[in-house]
Amino acid sequence: MPTVLIMGVTSAIGRAVAAEFAGRRYDLVLTGRDPEEVAAWAADFTFRHNVRATGRLFDALEFPSHVAAIESCFEAAGGALEGAVVSIGYLGDQALAERDPAEAGRILDTNFTGCISALNILANHFERRRGGFLAVISSVAGDRGRRKNYFYGAAKAGLSAYLQGLRARLFGAGVRVITVKPGFVDTAMTFGRPGLFLVASPQSVGRGIFKAIQRGQDVVYLPWFWRPIMLAARAIPESVFKRLSV
Amino acid sequence: MLRMRYVNQALSGWGRFPVEACHVYRPTKRSEVSAILHSGAEPSYIPRGLGRSYGDAALNLKRGTILFTHLNRFLSFDPAAGILECEAGVSFAEIIHYLLPRGFFPPVTPGTKYATVGGAIAADIHGKNHHRDGSLANFVVGLRLLTPEGQLYECSANRNSEVFWATVGGMGLTGIILSAEIALHRVESAYLVVDYRKTRSLDETLAVMEESDAQHRYSVAWIDALARGRSVLMRADHAAASELPRHLTNPLAIPKRVGLRVPFDFPSLVLNRRTVRCFNRLYYALHRSERLLTDVERYFYPLDRIDHWNRAYGKRGFLQYQVALPLDGGREALQELVRCLADFGAAPGLAVLKRFGVGNAAPLGFPIQGYTLALDMPDSRDLVPFLHQLDQRVAYAGGRVYLAKDAVLRPETFARMYPRLDEFRSIKSRLDPHGRLSSSLARRLRIVDDTQ
Ligand SMILES: Cc1cc2nc3c(=O)[nH]c(=O)nc-3n(C[C@H](O)[C@H](O)[C@H](O)COP(=O)(O)OP(=O)(O)OC[C@H]3O[C@@H](n4cnc5c(N)ncnc54)[C@H](O)[C@@H]3O)c2cc1C
Ligand SMILES: NC(=O)c1ccc[n+]([C@@H]2O[C@H](COP(=O)([O-])OP(=O)(O)OC[C@H]3O[C@@H](n4cnc5c(N)ncnc54)[C@H](OP(=O)(O)O)[C@@H]3O)[C@@H](O)[C@H]2O)c1
Repeated sequence: MPTVLIMGVTSAIGRAVAAEFAGRRYDLVLTGRDPEEVAAWAADFTFRHNVRATGRLFDALEFPSHVAAIESCFEAAGGALEGAVVSIGYLGDQALAERDPAEAGRILDTNFTGCISALNILANHFERRRGGFLAVISSVAGDRGRRKNYFYGAAKAGLSAYLQGLRARLFGAGVRVITVKPGFVDTAMTFGRPGLFLVASPQSVGRGIFKAIQRGQDVVYLPWFWRPIMLAARAIPESVFKRLSV
Repeated sequence: MLRMRYVNQALSGWGRFPVEACHVYRPTKRSEVSAILHSGAEPSYIPRGLGRSYGDAALNLKRGTILFTHLNRFLSFDPAAGILECEAGVSFAEIIHYLLPRGFFPPVTPGTKYATVGGAIAADIHGKNHHRDGSLANFVVGLRLLTPEGQLYECSANRNSEVFWATVGGMGLTGIILSAEIALHRVESAYLVVDYRKTRSLDETLAVMEESDAQHRYSVAWIDALARGRSVLMRADHAAASELPRHLTNPLAIPKRVGLRVPFDFPSLVLNRRTVRCFNRLYYALHRSERLLTDVERYFYPLDRIDHWNRAYGKRGFLQYQVALPLDGGREALQELVRCLADFGAAPGLAVLKRFGVGNAAPLGFPIQGYTLALDMPDSRDLVPFLHQLDQRVAYAGGRVYLAKDAVLRPETFARMYPRLDEFRSIKSRLDPHGRLSSSLARRLRIVDDTQ
């Protein structure tokens, strides 16, 4: 059975993509940080979809453990990984990050440095195998820095830029790199936060990601209308944008 | 400590009365449940499943309401023993979706499949098979309860049994049910053989039930309260694969069909005495005494096919009312209730009668051996005072109101109906000494003191 690696099984978006694959009889390797949660999700995917779902631990902030952790995922897949979905992120507390370097570091390391460290290992693996896909959840927040979440936005912007380069590098090896830019999605990350609009369900975003992977799309906005919205947002000159409190 | 976010949301039960603003938390991890309970952000918390209780059991006005629907993982299934272990947020719909095709059905099911395992245990639900199998508690092999003190109890009828029985029927007030192991019922098909029987009076209905209930797994009667209790009895058993017609090649497949939807609120003039009378006449006339094959959806969940059908409840709509009456004197009390209903002129849209088998050890459990009558009462200005009168009669007869369906019962009457209330309170105060679990129902009925 072909196997897909889902990094961030405790993320509702990651899980929605996992369900799309499991529904098509893919086996899964699932990662998270809390062993109890990872085990529960592995059991649940095994039960609902009757596929082999194996749990592994991965913490983006534990850099020295990354190589061993991801190799253990390869080993769990029996060597034959069809692709990987990275759905790891941390919105954090913007106001706190402005005062507290630890929070600022946590936001940057989780969304940027940590994900990139994992992606480097995955990229080498798929490049050697000359095939497969890497679907990475970035965000529309990376398309333009905002007063309200620029630590998170900056990290996602960096991640998106990294993926552009990586895509060019792996193109020749036949490895597809898909940058996913969701707008607001109804998950634990956004629950109870003020100022949300056009909120999508994780299921619909999961379906969108699966389709983008199938088509080998480079960059996908989900839902689609975020592409024109961000186009418009990027078109606002800095001299105006800096006066907005968005 | 991580501060958990909530959404301030107007919530109600299925009966759409009362509607209250609650602080809704939505944990997606186990550790978040204890983080919420220990944050100290709210005076109290109540767990909530799919909100299919009718009144204020899963409401906590301006306080914490912990939505459990996102903790719905299937943890293990042992097909040899038929035992399912799952988190409390798993719904009956999911259990049926995944396990009926493998030959298993919930051992006890409510009249909707959109209820969670946690909500069902907390209400100690009964099904159409109570006369034979008792309530859901009989099939709960074990459950994990998290108390607000952070203690984890593994309990069952044999282990920490006092905690188990207080939690069963305890309406979320003893702790949060995290997961449960349930012994499922093995079936050969997704169909039932239903035996309809029409009767002309309440007496005849009761007589037929008494004499034939034991031969059927499921038994329930729809009764016409305006016509001296004439009834349509519906008794049923799971069909064996060999009983199905040949064209049903997969006996365990659930036939697909399109859903219906109630698009807007029922205009209240549809719901007067005359239309109900017409409906009842029609219902009675349309049924014959016969045997039919029907699928589980149609038999158990006829209303689930219509989305938002509860728009018929609430202001100027219906109010649901369900009571249990003891064997001793229950028959007379039932007749009296039916008489009162006719006198009052409030014709219940749907009146359902069934016999209860023996009750269990749960101090707040609803079923007692005897009868249960469930009514959908059209709302009117004097309905609540009328129900309070009925409550008195029910209490006098040694009966009780079902908390999962109640929104109007008064604390004094409640205490008479549930004589083991103090026992429940003492177990609760041991498990929850700081009173961190409370609900609008618990305060209304003074199960807890009203500051909590
Ligand atoms: C159409 C219809 C038909 C019905 N038929 C029947 C029937 O035949 N027999 C019957 O017995 N009932 C019946 N009911 C009532 C229903 O089964 C119960 O109210 C059940 O509790 C609903 O489950 P829920 O998940 O919606 O719980 P909710 O309504 O959300 O909550 C009900 C109670 O359970 C508690 N609770 C919820 N989750 C947990 C948890 N994880 N841990 C601890 N406590 C928790 C809540 O605090 C609350 O007190 C029916 C309801 C409807 C709408
Ligand atoms: N929700 C939105 O509106 C939205 C919009 C645009 C983009 N996104 C992106 O979508 C992705 C998925 O997020 P979500 O919306 O599903 O929210 P979520 O439920 O909060 O998921 C976040 C995920 O990141 C993981 N994570 C956080 N810190 C980690 C660390 N140090 N190491 C390993 N994993 C870590 C979390 O694991 P733990 O459970 O262990 O914390 C969780 O699996 C994220 O990249 C997010 O930035 C979300």
